[in-house]
Amino acid sequence: MSVWEYANPKRFMQVSRRVLPLVVGLTVVSLVTGLVWGFFFTPDDFRQGSTVKIIFLHVPTAMMAINAWVMMLVASLIWLIRRHHVSALAAKAAAPVGLTFTLIALLTGAFWGQPMWGTWWAWDPRLTAFLILALFYLGYIALWQAVEDPDTAADLTAVLCMVGSVFAVLSRYAVKFWNQGLHQDSTILKVGEKDPIDVAYYVPLVVCIVGFVLLFVALVLMRTRTEIRARRLSALLARERLA
Amino acid sequence: MMALLLRDLRLAFRAGGGFGLGLAFFLLVAVLVPLGVGPEPATLAKIAPGILWVGALLACLLSLDRIFALDFEDGSLDLLATSPIPLEGVVAVKAFAHWLVTGLPLTVAAPVLGVLLNLAGQGYLWLVVSLAAGTPALSVIGAFGAALTVGVKRGGLLVSLLVLPLYVPTLIFGAEVVKRGATGAEVQVPLLLLAGITAGAVAFLPFAAAAALRVNLR
Repeated sequence: MSVWEYANPKRFMQVSRRVLPLVVGLTVVSLVTGLVWGFFFTPDDFRQGSTVKIIFLHVPTAMMAINAWVMMLVASLIWLIRRHHVSALAAKAAAPVGLTFTLIALLTGAFWGQPMWGTWWAWDPRLTAFLILALFYLGYIALWQAVEDPDTAADLTAVLCMVGSVFAVLSRYAVKFWNQGLHQDSTILKVGEKDPIDVAYYVPLVVCIVGFVLLFVALVLMRTRTEIRARRLSALLARERLA
Repeated sequence: MMALLLRDLRLAFRAGGGFGLGLAFFLLVAVLVPLGVGPEPATLAKIAPGILWVGALLACLLSLDRIFALDFEDGSLDLLATSPIPLEGVVAVKAFAHWLVTGLPLTVAAPVLGVLLNLAGQGYLWLVVSLAAGTPALSVIGAFGAALTVGVKRGGLLVSLLVLPLYVPTLIFGAEVVKRGATGAEVQVPLLLLAGITAGAVAFLPFAAAAALRVNLR
């Protein structure tokens, strides 16, 4: 029994059908808990007021925006190396989700930046890197749409994902070099060090992060199942046309 | 390989080959920007490094779909793929030809346009150096984008979308070299990073582009 058995579409559909309701349930529980706790049961910040609560959307979506690309990279590598179709479809399914997370992170960041920095947008390294990440997602999705043959599209997007990853990291450091930032550094990994995030925010934030991870998993599972069904449909149609 | 290089160059220089298209575009940018921004020398001098690099980048982008698309359509790409030269070599040669036709003339013409944009005197050397170091990366990255989209009908927009984010590091470091050079600051760090990106792109991207071409020729 190896992990690759789940790469069989039939097996994947069976397992994901059983797992999906569980993941969705956990997503709802953790997101509702985290967001309600974060929005209504945390104190206002002494300087930022209630705008600090944007953190409960901003930080998890920003993390997932990057993690979604990493997941796509891993899935693309699996597709290129082991030719499992489910893997390619999962990468395809994850891209719009990742793009949405990127846009949410950019938007919530703008709403947060307006009262705090006095501007909706600044050419700050982090902000710029996220804009570039959104472009990468757009290009990846566009390439999937543009190429008709599904296997060709899967191969080309996988290559693009690999090259894009390298350039995304390069861009991250390039923009850091290019401009000093307004954006603060991450504080969630600093608990126990100096200037950590307050515990009152930390705990609900972690719940929110867990919730968004689960949301991502649930959405990708759902969309991968849709892709597999769509692939089966087109196979059926093709067979009918032949008959 | 030499024959392929000469063939590509000959195709580019003959009528309709698109040589000069990039140059003309570059000139257009350098002429239109002052008309749009206003003729104040101080303003122009300040934005000149960025405008020149952005113009060179866009001029490069303009001719990308010529690298493989025509050869794909008339079938000569299939012949090249079955020729004794490895496909990686074909990609490298074609990217080099693209650079000779766009990147090199841009580099040579850039100082003239720098005068139009009132670039500071110390900046000219670094403008030429940075373009010489950076434009090969633009051609190789562009060849990769063109290889990805060679099977797509009218893929011009798609190539731009795919290639633009890949151009970001080159643009940032390239413009930074000129900006620092023009103000007399230290240029070594961005110049080395720029050259490093070019070297990395030239070393690795032909393999990725050849892989994409093989998929598209399947």
